[in-house]
Amino acid sequence: MNFEVIRDYLPLYIKAFMLTIKIGWIGIALSLGIGVFSAFILHFKIPIASQIVKVYVELFRNTPLLVQLFFVYFGLPKIGISISAEAYGAIGLGLLGGSYMTESFRSGLDAVKVSQTESALALGMSKGQLFTSVILPQAVTLSVPAVVANLIFLLKETSVFSAISLMDLMFTAKDLIGLYYNTTECLVMLVVFYIFMLLPVSILGSVIEKKTRFKMFGD
Amino acid sequence: MGFEVLLKGNNMLRLLGGLGVAMYISLISVAISIFLGIILGALMTLKNPVINAFSRVYLEIVRIMPQMVLLFIVYFGATKVLGINLSAEISSIIVFSFWGTAEMSDLVRGALSGIDKIQYESSMALGMNTRQTYFHVIIPQIIRRLIPLSINLITRMIKTTSLVMMIGIVEVLKVGQQIIEANRKSSPNAAFGVFATIFLLYFLACYPISCLSKYLEKKWEN
Amino acid sequence: MEEILRVNNLSKRFEDIEVLNNLSLSVKKGEVVVIVGPSGCGKSTFLRCLNGLEEIEEGEIFLDGEKVSSNKKNMSKTREKIGMVFQSYDLFPHKTILQNITLAPIKVKKRKKAEVEEEALKLLDRVGLLSKKDNYPRQLSGGQKQRVAIVRALIMHPEVLLLDEITAALDPEMVREVLDVVLSLAKEGRTMLIVTHEMAFAKAVADRVIFLENGKIVEEGSPKEFFEDPKTDRLKKFLETFSYEK
Repeated sequence: MNFEVIRDYLPLYIKAFMLTIKIGWIGIALSLGIGVFSAFILHFKIPIASQIVKVYVELFRNTPLLVQLFFVYFGLPKIGISISAEAYGAIGLGLLGGSYMTESFRSGLDAVKVSQTESALALGMSKGQLFTSVILPQAVTLSVPAVVANLIFLLKETSVFSAISLMDLMFTAKDLIGLYYNTTECLVMLVVFYIFMLLPVSILGSVIEKKTRFKMFGD
Repeated sequence: MGFEVLLKGNNMLRLLGGLGVAMYISLISVAISIFLGIILGALMTLKNPVINAFSRVYLEIVRIMPQMVLLFIVYFGATKVLGINLSAEISSIIVFSFWGTAEMSDLVRGALSGIDKIQYESSMALGMNTRQTYFHVIIPQIIRRLIPLSINLITRMIKTTSLVMMIGIVEVLKVGQQIIEANRKSSPNAAFGVFATIFLLYFLACYPISCLSKYLEKKWEN
Repeated sequence: MEEILRVNNLSKRFEDIEVLNNLSLSVKKGEVVVIVGPSGCGKSTFLRCLNGLEEIEEGEIFLDGEKVSSNKKNMSKTREKIGMVFQSYDLFPHKTILQNITLAPIKVKKRKKAEVEEEALKLLDRVGLLSKKDNYPRQLSGGQKQRVAIVRALIMHPEVLLLDEITAALDPEMVREVLDVVLSLAKEGRTMLIVTHEMAFAKAVADRVIFLENGKIVEEGSPKEFFEDPKTDRLKKFLETFSYEK
């Protein structure tokens, strides 16, 4: 391995890393917003809106992100919708993630026992009080494992951004390999940067999962 | 809107052929993953420290490394490090099986350790021997838990194989790009129609499988 | 003594099954009424109707002279006056014991936190669980959880307390600690409607016992006549299922 090559490439990788993280987390923030919103719609069985959410969730859960990105990036401009590649990346990831987050939050909400609702009502709580102080906190805790899994999944999915010419880590690695053939160095750096990006989330996720599980269920 | 290109010549057939390539790679990978995953999953329940350490590292690698990165490592790296020239198809099958085996083994381990101890004990108490216990009581329960999850793995595999275009395999997205390119002059808006169609094709391929998996899971709950 | 709860001709059906059949009942202030009967006789449904967990289809319920309706806004007010404890305790798993007790008075009655906590601690002390105030429900035994659930209902100062098979999910050795709390509540003159399978307890705590079958009151009376001199064959048969002979 040639460390001079690594030193030379480092700034490029760092730039790509920052871009990947930026778009990744904007997309994730979007997906959380979409997920919470849609899960409420499903949980409260709001007519029409919940049908739309169901179609959205099935469409995006059953197609690959790459295809979704190609469609929004290359397809939408043809019918007059045109924004930057970065915005497409974030929105694409947000829509994909939103469909997964919706499922996670919805199953969290549905997993709160009916008897919890009853005992809160029996104490005279209103629907609003019941939801904010009894159901919501439990639902959030119950959906933590699935949400953490989604976070990791979505951060990994950022690796397809290069397909819509975003200069992310994959793009940089591929580009440098093509230009200078320093394959080993490029690949090692690629792996190291992805470890930087994902290992902390993975470890932190496990800790949070354990903590919340402990709070609710013991062991 | 660009849908008309698909009616030209055999463009639609070519697109379907491209999807076929993706399906083919994913089905082979799923078959390998299920086979190896069952073996590894069963080994993991033995609580052997060496196997456990190995599988933890393996599962964590798969958990945090994007398949795309793995694909690059195998496709570009193998030539450089091992000096063998792997075709893009072989590389992708290796990577997807590597990923799928990890997923499958974790499911198998979960299904195996999820069987209540009382199930073994009550079978034994009824006078069954170990072979009968496994054959009549344990394995049928495990299969019921695993089948929906394995089917689910198929849809995830199909979705993942869309990545192979990035290492040059001519699958549905690549065919789509070729069609758009060839008709740039006559149908400037082809990108919308073609990619919308591919989007739907993937949906049509995956949705019924997801439904089947959900249906079986519900049916066999308890 | 004045009447606090009155039920007139209450009926309720689930699809084809008549769960409550024209049921009428009057409860006086400070009275302890125990309802017994075979499973599926409608006794739990009856309690659930009283605080609106089941919709009232036919009949009327009056609490303190005021009509209880299924109207949502009034229901919350009614529930403040009628406390209920369930078989499965249903403490809130994400809150500590103290928070479990103080949540409703603070949120629903808008009482001051300090004042509510002081009362909560007194009540916890009374049921012998003061030391558990900062624990989470999962760290408590079933009997302890049920005692907390009783405190959680008491702190709302209900005029009537409904206890729905509160010992049915408990291990036998924990039943006593819960029932002792209920006995002490009866002694201080609380109005309670109790559904239970513990006949010895029913005998000790009740002012009046009711035998419910197929959604109807078949027989009722003081514990003495109810258990020692049952009039109807149905009740005789029911009571026989609790005694063993070789």
